[in-house]
Amino acid sequence: MERTATIAVLVENEAGVLARVIGLFSGRGYNIESLTVAPVDETRSISRITVVTTGTEMIIEQIKAQLDRLVPVHKVSDLTLDGAHLQRELALIKVVGQGEARVEALRLADAFRARVVDATTESFVFEMTGNAEKIDAFCGLMKPLGLAEVCRTGAVAIARGTRAL
Amino acid sequence: MSATATPLPATTEMRPGAEVVLRALTEQGVEVIFGYPGGAVLPLYDALFQQNSIRHILVRHEQAAVHAAEGYARSTGKVGVVLVTSGPGATNAVTGLVDALMDSIPIICLTGQVPTHLIGNDAFQEADTTGITRPATKHNYLVKRSEDLAGVVHDAFYVARSGRPGPVVIDLPKDILIKPAPYTPAPTVPHRSYRPVTQPDQARILEAVRLLKRSARPVVYSGGGVINSGPEASRLLTEFVRMTGFPCTNTLMGLGAFPSSDPQFIGMLGMHGTYEANLVMHGCDVMLNMGARFDDRITGRLDAFSQGSRKIHCDIDPSSINKNVKVDVPIVGDAGNILAAMIECWKQDDTPVNKEAQTAWWRQIDQWRKQDCLAYVQQGKIIKPQHAVKRLFEITQELGRETFISTEVGQHQMWAAQYFGFDKPNRWMTSGGLGTMGYGLPAAMGVQIAHPDALCIDIAGEASILMNIQEMGTLAQYRLPVKVFILNNEYMGMVRQWQELLHGSRYSESYSAALPDFVKLAESFHAKGLRATEADQLDDVIREMIAYPGPVIADICVDQKENVFPMIPSGAAHNEMILGVGQQGGVAGVTDEGKVLV
Ligand SMILES: Cc1ncc(C[n+]2csc(CCOP(=O)(O)OP(=O)(O)O)c2C)c(N)n1
Ligand SMILES: [Mg+2]
Repeated sequence: MERTATIAVLVENEAGVLARVIGLFSGRGYNIESLTVAPVDETRSISRITVVTTGTEMIIEQIKAQLDRLVPVHKVSDLTLDGAHLQRELALIKVVGQGEARVEALRLADAFRARVVDATTESFVFEMTGNAEKIDAFCGLMKPLGLAEVCRTGAVAIARGTRAL
Repeated sequence: MSATATPLPATTEMRPGAEVVLRALTEQGVEVIFGYPGGAVLPLYDALFQQNSIRHILVRHEQAAVHAAEGYARSTGKVGVVLVTSGPGATNAVTGLVDALMDSIPIICLTGQVPTHLIGNDAFQEADTTGITRPATKHNYLVKRSEDLAGVVHDAFYVARSGRPGPVVIDLPKDILIKPAPYTPAPTVPHRSYRPVTQPDQARILEAVRLLKRSARPVVYSGGGVINSGPEASRLLTEFVRMTGFPCTNTLMGLGAFPSSDPQFIGMLGMHGTYEANLVMHGCDVMLNMGARFDDRITGRLDAFSQGSRKIHCDIDPSSINKNVKVDVPIVGDAGNILAAMIECWKQDDTPVNKEAQTAWWRQIDQWRKQDCLAYVQQGKIIKPQHAVKRLFEITQELGRETFISTEVGQHQMWAAQYFGFDKPNRWMTSGGLGTMGYGLPAAMGVQIAHPDALCIDIAGEASILMNIQEMGTLAQYRLPVKVFILNNEYMGMVRQWQELLHGSRYSESYSAALPDFVKLAESFHAKGLRATEADQLDDVIREMIAYPGPVIADICVDQKENVFPMIPSGAAHNEMILGVGQQGGVAGVTDEGKVLV
């Protein structure tokens, strides 16, 4: 039985650390659905990597153990397993069109709580945050209305409640 | 692994980077470096020239430098140190690094690099060494700031020897080796992020001990982790096995951790393991895996592997647990600590031992032993390779000298594992995980450097030995009396064996054509050359080889058709082992799925 896991990894913010993580996934044939990384402390010495992956329970356990034994890794947490968590991603979506399609795009954006962050007479750039399914759904609706370009950050995630990594 | 030497004080004085590196190595207890010079590391060679505390051994190829350092490390428990130049020096070292990674051997490899301002410019002899060696090492560093230099060296040693040991590369741009740098001593505070668990969870120990006491058909299966933990772990393993009365089998990497001469030793297990060891693994009801990793050479077909057993797996690397085989009791920690805790717990806990069933189990094992799976017939003039190894073992036993054995890769390696007995750890160096032909000669060289008075023998094949034959020059230069004992079957025998059994005896490119005259070859390298072509010459050649005070190549011309048995063909189960005699020529048990395996 395969499942999806959202794994948070705290690492030393040093040269090559991302290459180590990505190399581990490619070298051992694990999937990466998405991966995000940025420093998260005030001195910028620690980065947090959020990686969404799929695999059997045995594989996911392996992925976590393999990540944990990388020298610059401080902590690995399986947010999917460790309890309820929030997962968000940011997307910028460009829709090009005129007339009725343009009006319809704007109406749907409103319903999805996507913000207009750029507009010309022939285009919009929408900004939207949410889980992956919501963004997928919105992009699907924009397709016939002139969807021109999509960029997405990949997921970031955090546990609900008082628990902290 | 060994502790660090006395700390050197921090100085405010700035010294050239190369000197700082050597100072840090000295603090880490380094006595010898295996290396090969080049433009990017000239500052380090200059610093080496001007000091006396670290000895440099000039090899003839960078791959050999790493294998020599591996031999040094495996026979002493210390970290082996390598120094190579940038570009081709570093790329030549890669095979050795992966070999050390697969076999968990602590190595520090210093690589030269073009100066920092040229990195990324495709400068002369530039290679992306940290990029290339990332999957080839446990960890690697590129030093870009002089103030990091000493700290990185100390960090590297800590990483190489802590937890599951492994190779670590430090890439050193030439300007960093020249520019003045500060010295900082080895830190006394815990590492920022890498802190492997070494003490086992007591609750798990108790669970394991109870499971073992109640078992009817127990087995102890131990591996390289016990050797890596240090000689004390092997002593504890022996104590534990003797106090429990359980049968004990070792992996190829674990030979010597439990005395092969002990009646409770049932031989090596796995693809070319003994009949009794593999049937014990197949039929046991509780398995104690101590520092081994359920490698595919051990398990054979996974879905048929020891189906009826509860499994206890002790490993210092949590990623080894539940990787191939799902286990019931995982125990993370250092093998020595785990064994000490288990011995203590065994004494304390009053769960009754299932003596009756265990006696019946031994009766069964003795039945399997009667199969005498390693029997061979030495008849007539042609030397059986098994016999050559057996006589080598017996004669070294007779002489009673401290003996270290290394091997190349192939049939001779398996015969060495099967017919040479080891009663102590750290006496057996073989390339297990990577199976690197060309390993044995440089490894023996490293062993001999660490143990100048010991008898160091590389049991070799005629094909493998040619892969690092240039190291005969190193033996001559340093008067290292290494003995190269070639089981010359004029074939890449292991390849030929698979072709015979799995590919209809089509011996594609596996004949060792145009071989050199090994006697003359030895002589041209200032060594002694000996040859045995007939069985009655064998003992004399072995004795002469051992008695000679310098390096020797003994060319033992053996039966070209001999195969290694028993054999669990790839993709087969333990109880589908072929024993050889009468079963040669075509293997029934090999499925198409089995054929894709190596
Ligand atoms: C570097 C390397 N290349 C190829 C192989 C594949 N291989 C495994 S054993 C073997 C033959 C070794 O022949 P030899 O050294 O004569 O030993 P024998 O099996 O005859 O005892 C080969 C080619 C390997 N293990 N290592
Ligand atoms: Mg051969």
